[in-house]
Amino acid sequence: MFSTEQSCWFVRKVICWRAAASIAWAVLLLPPITAVFIILSRFSFLHPIHTISECLSLLTSASAIFSFILLCGVILMVGFLNLEYYTVIPTIACSKIALLGQLLHPRQFVSSVVHCIMGIIVAWCCAITIGGRYETLGYPCIQSDGSPQMCLNEYQLILLLAGAFVGFSHSLLGVIHNMNYVSFHTVQQYKYLRFKGSLPLVVKCSAIQALYSIRNYIVVYFFLGYIPRAWICKTLNLHLTSSAHPLDSIAGLLDLSLFYHLWISATFLLFTWYITLLLFRIFVTEVYSFPVQSSFTEDAHQCLPKVLLTDKQPMILKFLALQDLALLSQHSPSRRCEVFSLSQPGGHPHNWNAISGECLSLLADLTQRLVAYHDTVATNGRAKSLSTGSERKTSSETSVTSGTEDLMSPRPTLLMKTPASVFARSIVGGPQSPLTAPFTPDLDSPFASPALRRLTAPVEQCSPWHGTVQSPHIMRRAPKLWSTSTDSQVNGSFPPSPASVPSPKQEASKPSLLAQFLQNRKEQVKNFLAKRVLIMYLFNKLPEASSQALFADSQAHIWALEGLSYLVQASFSEDHFGVVQTALPSILSCMLVLQEAVDRHFKLPHASSKPVRSTSSIGDSTYKTLRFALRATLKTAIYRITTTFGDHLNAVQMSAEHRKRLQQFLEYKE
Amino acid sequence: MCSLALFPPPLPSGQTTLCESNNELLSGTSTEDRPKQVRFTAAVLPLSLYFPRESLKLHSRTESSSKAAFLDHSETLWMRSAAAWRDGGLTGLLTEITNSHTEVPKWLSVSSGCTLALLRWISSFHGSLFPHLTLSSEDMIAEFSQVLNWSDCVVRAFSWHPHTDKFAVALLDDSIKIYNPKSATTPTLKHRLQRSVAAVQWKPLCASALAVACQNCLLVWHVDPCSLSTRPSSGCAQVLSHPGHSPVTSIAWSPSGSLLVSASPVDTAVMVWDVAAESCVPLQRLGGGGVTFLSWSPDGSHVLASTPSTLFRVWETRMWTCERWPCVKGRCQSGCWSPDGSRLLFTVQGETVIYALTFTDAPGSPGIPTGSSKGPQAAAVVADLSETTFNTPDGDIIQYYTGVIFSVSFNNSSQSVSVFSGDPQAVDRPAIIAVFKTRTNPIFELLPCGFVQGEPGAEPRLMQFHPNFQHGALLTVCWSTGRITHVPFYFLSTGVPHFGLSGSPLLPRLQERPSAFANQSLFTELIS
Repeated sequence: MFSTEQSCWFVRKVICWRAAASIAWAVLLLPPITAVFIILSRFSFLHPIHTISECLSLLTSASAIFSFILLCGVILMVGFLNLEYYTVIPTIACSKIALLGQLLHPRQFVSSVVHCIMGIIVAWCCAITIGGRYETLGYPCIQSDGSPQMCLNEYQLILLLAGAFVGFSHSLLGVIHNMNYVSFHTVQQYKYLRFKGSLPLVVKCSAIQALYSIRNYIVVYFFLGYIPRAWICKTLNLHLTSSAHPLDSIAGLLDLSLFYHLWISATFLLFTWYITLLLFRIFVTEVYSFPVQSSFTEDAHQCLPKVLLTDKQPMILKFLALQDLALLSQHSPSRRCEVFSLSQPGGHPHNWNAISGECLSLLADLTQRLVAYHDTVATNGRAKSLSTGSERKTSSETSVTSGTEDLMSPRPTLLMKTPASVFARSIVGGPQSPLTAPFTPDLDSPFASPALRRLTAPVEQCSPWHGTVQSPHIMRRAPKLWSTSTDSQVNGSFPPSPASVPSPKQEASKPSLLAQFLQNRKEQVKNFLAKRVLIMYLFNKLPEASSQALFADSQAHIWALEGLSYLVQASFSEDHFGVVQTALPSILSCMLVLQEAVDRHFKLPHASSKPVRSTSSIGDSTYKTLRFALRATLKTAIYRITTTFGDHLNAVQMSAEHRKRLQQFLEYKE
Repeated sequence: MCSLALFPPPLPSGQTTLCESNNELLSGTSTEDRPKQVRFTAAVLPLSLYFPRESLKLHSRTESSSKAAFLDHSETLWMRSAAAWRDGGLTGLLTEITNSHTEVPKWLSVSSGCTLALLRWISSFHGSLFPHLTLSSEDMIAEFSQVLNWSDCVVRAFSWHPHTDKFAVALLDDSIKIYNPKSATTPTLKHRLQRSVAAVQWKPLCASALAVACQNCLLVWHVDPCSLSTRPSSGCAQVLSHPGHSPVTSIAWSPSGSLLVSASPVDTAVMVWDVAAESCVPLQRLGGGGVTFLSWSPDGSHVLASTPSTLFRVWETRMWTCERWPCVKGRCQSGCWSPDGSRLLFTVQGETVIYALTFTDAPGSPGIPTGSSKGPQAAAVVADLSETTFNTPDGDIIQYYTGVIFSVSFNNSSQSVSVFSGDPQAVDRPAIIAVFKTRTNPIFELLPCGFVQGEPGAEPRLMQFHPNFQHGALLTVCWSTGRITHVPFYFLSTGVPHFGLSGSPLLPRLQERPSAFANQSLFTELIS
């Protein structure tokens, strides 16, 4: 796991240190949090002074220090898991079955088990600090026949199991709410202020989440509590007292003080974990200022143009570089000046070419993705073959594609560009695990790399889940599970994807007779399966999920748009050599084509429906609204260029269609 | 420093200011009096609008008071408690329980009564610290709005589009009308939540988005300029709300169009909205007890945020840190930024002077996000608008008393500032609009230009400069009579050398065009 990470200087030098700093702060915050927890858990209204003195003596006791060390270990582990599992591109499950697949993935399973164990440890520490009846697992008791033996203290058991349950549900909810997704804020603030600002939310979230978890836990314990109890008794050779009534009864669980202690322990557990997560997010998304150009050749790979261009890198590096680009284009004239400068021998605008080329290729990639998606959805329920889809493109689009291609350096399609990396954390450049691949949202898009496709194809054939990716459109019209396009892909040879080959106009091989027969068989099986309610439930598309998945990494596009448009705006007065002018036609046409594609996408059902905002979750739901943000940014970016240049834009060479479109913007009619 | 005594004497009553040319405000009694060139230019100006108060259908009572019109029917205690919780929150619930003491156990009603009393005591304590918190939300908007006598004003808010010639007008009946000289349709925006509009503003770098500050929320309308619909549905509006952030009295878009800030006198936090994502970041600073007025500098680097106490803040928008500026006398009533964002003019309630602050960005630290650019240590007084008397040609003595300088605004090319002052309490002293010319070299100075006067009996309520008038500046004034008029000022915009302040450059060349020039055509034709 570390070998791949070592390869990147950025992870080694920046991300690891940022993670370490965040963990250090979380550990430093642990003592005050623990003190508050102790006071809250032991407080009694009748003897306030007594409580405080008791708490003070407890804080200095050996057991407290030991449990504190344990808690520090847990925080370290949580921090490490955050670093290991975080992603800047969220994983969006497009159907229930995909979500189920995510939950059952081995990587996720490991995380759940670790969270369970950590939950038990934290709960044990809580039991020690609360003291009283929770202190030990066994206690000496007298059996009815008079012989002394060890009995089970069910109060501690229920607390430990609560810790395990809360830890487990935390890890499950983490998958469902994409808690490992790290979003970047549009408003830059200093770390302390950001932390201070989100602290009330964390307190609220952890209290509410703890309440729900404990409610669920009590229900589970009421029905299934006897199983772990019997198991513990058996393994540890403890006995159940007949005098104390068992806790998995209504009378036992209606204990208000027990409920309070369970809730406060769960809140403490979640709060410390959330704080660690929050600190990690704040530290890792902090702006990193890349040099635009360096005077030393050994640092050249750390410069902004190089960082944007290189492929083998963690996604976070690319995102931070784009963020830095957007900020520098907006705020710092001197760094903009470096972007517009010419290389010393030769006089080439290398910096500008690299930056604009990369931004344009990002945008062109999104355009292609949207067009392909639209084409698969467009025909009434029956997805068309992808090759004809790319043929059907308007002439302007193809011209732009070819126009932008010369800007794109001929390099292989990146794995990162598709939202296909489900579990492969952004940082791990290794191969995808074949098991998860079928759950990727857009596998049948032509933009998954051919390598990935080949990797997943054998699984696809034998797995019943393949092709779960469909537009909501199709699924609602007819109860079909698979689209024909995936079938033809599986049976026949793979049609060359437009993204990976230079020319998008390539004919796919026609499916043979045998393939047709197999396809018919499949249709029958599908029709049969589609009538089963459970399967329909599992395979039904979640509304707007595919739209979210398409725009999952749109933060990068937003920054690319902002960076480009601000740079072009600044070039009006700051670009002394006219380096931007040469790229202006391609920038404008790229943005206009994207605008057209986005407009068309928003006409699809569910695409423009707003997601429900949930405020009581620590999980970041920014990704759900990224497509709206992209649409707004795109329009603003075009307007920024048109207001800056005004009528000068008439001198820019452009196709008639684009000129018409641009005229709309010049007249403020969009 | 400039004072009102240096101003040319005001017009005799009955004269109306029509336009400015050659550093002189031209006037007339009616449209017929206008000199020829002025008449011509008036034809290419946007329409003057008139909203008679009688034409507006007002809703006389609020929703809560309509309850009395219905027969009371008995609901269960649970239902009533739930309704009270929904309508009035915790206080409402407690009041309901206390009032229905016959149905609830005695201990519950007594304890809720005690809690209620405690809450009231705490809130009265809080209210004594910040007296504005005891106001009702309508009064609060009226108090902190940029409109004089907001609650009685027919035109409650006005906003020019930053790039085109359309504008939005919010009226007393809570509707918003959008006038575009290039289209025949006049969309009227109405929404269930659009009540007590305190401010409207168009989003920069966008043709369609209009933000509206309402009593309970923020609305962002998306009005398609090409649409022919006269009543856009409420589905075109995004509702942005945050608990505890109402009433909203001021909003400001960032000049880059990406962010929207909103302020409420009740909330100590300034909300920074990412409108597309409908998410907000509260910028919490205690002290001041709320935020009343926001103004984003045209270069996007600073935001002025004034509070109800004697304190205002200037936020720097890169890392969102702020400088505190305590005032001596009263709260900061209004402020405006010079178009290059380097200078802030502001007025303080209780003082009849205009202050100026100059901001310079710290040079030499381009890459590092500097916390705050070092500004001046104290504000300088640039104009004094205290009481003055003028002798009119008729021999009358007009006394100008300026109670509160209500709003200040810069025009887009930084060549004139107009100040609008009046006293909401003093009925017999009419509000006035004074226009200054500005000079930036060698020092920033305000020079007198004149008073803008409306029809007899009309008082100015609200004013705004057109953001990109091509022949100079265009001041739009909303009068107490419900009329909206435009006063053009002719000079060349920045970038062209102009000859001091001795006189503004020539009027735009006037050909013998028919004066029956269509009202809808605009000044763009003039440049030919």
